[in-house]
Amino acid sequence: MAIFYTLLLFMIIAAIIAVETKNLLSAVICIGAIGFGASLMFLFLRAPDIAITQIVVEVLGLIILIRATIARDLTFISGDREFFGVVVSVVIVFVIFLAGVKVFETLSVFGSPIFALVPGAASQTYIAEGLERTGAANIVSSVILDFRAYDTLGEATVLFTSIIGATVIMREKAKKLLEDPDQ
Amino acid sequence: MKGMTVIVKTIASWVKVLIFLFGIYIVLFGHLTPGGGFAGGVILASSYVLLMLAFGRECVEENLPLPVASKLDCLGALFFALIAILGLAFGGIFFVNFLYQKYLPGKPLELISAGTIPFSNIAIGLKVGASLFLIIFVLSVFCKDFKCKESQKETEPGGVAGANG
Repeated sequence: MAIFYTLLLFMIIAAIIAVETKNLLSAVICIGAIGFGASLMFLFLRAPDIAITQIVVEVLGLIILIRATIARDLTFISGDREFFGVVVSVVIVFVIFLAGVKVFETLSVFGSPIFALVPGAASQTYIAEGLERTGAANIVSSVILDFRAYDTLGEATVLFTSIIGATVIMREKAKKLLEDPDQ
Repeated sequence: MKGMTVIVKTIASWVKVLIFLFGIYIVLFGHLTPGGGFAGGVILASSYVLLMLAFGRECVEENLPLPVASKLDCLGALFFALIAILGLAFGGIFFVNFLYQKYLPGKPLELISAGTIPFSNIAIGLKVGASLFLIIFVLSVFCKDFKCKESQKETEPGGVAGANG
């Protein structure tokens, strides 16, 4: 339980720094720290798939945000502060590595099914009664389109929204408007 | 001359039909064999990407115009939502498999079985295929215009041959 409070304290401090700091790049890095803290929390709560999604989204968002802010104020670090930065990043990487090792000890052995650990798990019901209750021979299909169809609806909505965004940003009329705002 | 060489064009014109047919098979038999709407939709989109690479963007634009692809995308999303709402109307629960439970049980391991799952697969396949096609098409339009502009800045205008889509 102590690790959750530590992570929570870390995330709250990072959030306060992100709001209060004047430097845009430090604010972006603090937001990244919040995201990595959240993904570590998901790992310790035994939800590795959500942690993977969180870390991927965090890395992508961090890259985009840094790319957007670094053009505005470019800061170079040199001298003693360079050595300090190297030491801090090595220590942080080492701590994250230790946390990862700790988390992998809590996961079950690779290859052993998860319902062996949890007797009343939902996956057991899906495997035993999937064909009888949905009529689909493909168990994956029966899970994603019958038992868990809400998830599929959400994913389809995400895809639909992203396509609308991409086509609106990149259509030719919008590009011309960006080039010549007078027209 | 638009597109790639004659060899690539000939092979692509033979293979595109097989790829499209395989995508339709994967979508339709998603409830029986591995695969389903998402994988089948990606295969359907990849057949159009092959056409785009081999014959150039204009050929694909004549074959499947951008507004039609956009409407197919919306139709797939609408169809999937409609299946969910029909479950609420006929079965009483959102997304319930009302066809299998009440009207059309079918036999397991046959094509007509599993109620609404094949229809959901078709809707998802339509949606994913059209959206991936739209993304690649829009990105290719964007990249090509960008490249044209860059080279026009460097050299005199008109020196760009549209080799790739």
